[in-house]
Amino acid sequence: MEIFNDFSVGLFFMQLVILVVLIFLLAKFAWKPILNSISEREEGIQNALDAAENARKEMQNLQADNEKLLKEAREERDAMMKEAREIKDKILADAKSEASEQTATMIENAKATIKQEQQAAIAELKKKVGDLSIGIAQKVVKKELASQDDQLKLVEDMLQEVTLN
Amino acid sequence: MCTFARNLIAKTTLIKGMLITKKTIQVLTTVTLLFTSLAIFAGGGGGTSSNDGGRVNTKEEIEAYKKHHLADSHDFSLFSYTNDHGERKHVGFPLPVIVWTSKGLKTFMSSAFHHNDDGHEIVEKGGVKLVKIHSKIYELEEGATEVTLDKDYHASNAHKVLDFSMTKSVFGMLLVGGLMFFGFRSLGKSYKKGAIPTGAGRFLEPLVLYVRDEIARPNIGEKHYRKFMGFLLTVFFFIWILNLLGLTPLGFNVTGQIAVTVALALMTFLIVQFSGNKDYWKHIFWMPGVPVPMKIILAPIEVLGMLTKPFSLFVRLFANITAGHAVVMGIAALMILLQEQFSTVGATGISFILTLFLTLIEVLVAFLQAYIFTMLSSLFIGMAVEEHDHH
Repeated sequence: MEIFNDFSVGLFFMQLVILVVLIFLLAKFAWKPILNSISEREEGIQNALDAAENARKEMQNLQADNEKLLKEAREERDAMMKEAREIKDKILADAKSEASEQTATMIENAKATIKQEQQAAIAELKKKVGDLSIGIAQKVVKKELASQDDQLKLVEDMLQEVTLN
Repeated sequence: MCTFARNLIAKTTLIKGMLITKKTIQVLTTVTLLFTSLAIFAGGGGGTSSNDGGRVNTKEEIEAYKKHHLADSHDFSLFSYTNDHGERKHVGFPLPVIVWTSKGLKTFMSSAFHHNDDGHEIVEKGGVKLVKIHSKIYELEEGATEVTLDKDYHASNAHKVLDFSMTKSVFGMLLVGGLMFFGFRSLGKSYKKGAIPTGAGRFLEPLVLYVRDEIARPNIGEKHYRKFMGFLLTVFFFIWILNLLGLTPLGFNVTGQIAVTVALALMTFLIVQFSGNKDYWKHIFWMPGVPVPMKIILAPIEVLGMLTKPFSLFVRLFANITAGHAVVMGIAALMILLQEQFSTVGATGISFILTLFLTLIEVLVAFLQAYIFTMLSSLFIGMAVEEHDHH
């Protein structure tokens, strides 16, 4: 057959040798680094995509957290403000009542002091009047012994003096 | 600062571009010099039978020319012409002849045959007389001084020798091997610079990915495909580039040599048999799940199937490429054959359009055959390594 006549044994062996050598050379120096780099790159891309997805999810979580926190903070602020208002009102009320109490006490005290002073003054006055009366009486008694007129006159002077005091 | 940086970048790009252009010009000059120095190495071949300057005019001559092209050749001839003195000139270069004769290994350059292809030029080398008939080298029997041909044009007093010559096909294979090695090694190296290849790698990488993702992975399976990638990628690019090279005017017909396709298919066959697991052999010799008589009947069929698979592989590739070359040459020959009916211009026009069309189809076939060969190889490998856990 023509086809088997064309078959060259030499070419067949040359082809086998070239092919085997080429396969080994290329596998070692070309295909291995190429395929490894490609799969590394693919892994890298996959990882990057996963990381991006994770980041997105985390971001979402964070946002949700933030919102929650914000809400909480707002609530807290409201509560605090309410409390503060209450405290303020209370303080004001307390202050008012205390002030009025204090005023009342002070007034009371003042009144008591005034009364005391008054009493003391009255007592002093009484004492002074008594001393004066005694002095007058002494002098009157001394003068009485000299003359009637003098006594009278003395009393008169004395009285005048008293009024001047 | 910014404009300065931009200027710098623009300048470096410009310089790079200039360097590349310079490099390309250098390469081109080298190639041209190489070819011109090699060209016109021999003149005045004596063996042209027709006296019209070796023109191919008749149907028989066209057939002979086609046959000559489809066969392997010991020289690399690009074209031939007859000069003003009626001498036949062949442009190309000789290739080394390495033959294993009855007296051992003989090597010489193919120019020793002076382009003679019908056994008239006898080369004496260390006591053996060698002649070349239809691109085959014969050794003359002891005592014979001239080759005698019988009516079927077969040498009756000479026998074929084992021919390990670096023929045109071997040259083509080495060329493609070299191209592939340097091309893909540079692609492999380019990954050290960055994850994305630049230059030619941009074109080569998708092809590698194509073989991996479209051919190997789906057929062999995720688990085993990696260890067969070396073979599949090499074979795919080897066949494809050789097919494409066969369409250039260089006139290679490597994948149309039956020895080449047999060697390729044999590789697939061996890989399939050596990577076949227990299940694979069990399915061939003792088919599970069928009654015993059926098992006995199925075994030889399965063995036959095992052998027909590589057979279909090499025949398909060989036949497709040979047919492609033959048809393109035949259509091109219409230019000569239809000259009488359609005039020179008409015949050339018809031939041109048809040849263009067919060559375009051949470009597709070149890829398709490489794809089919690789695809079927991986399919057979996939069958051999498949794990049957359903039995």
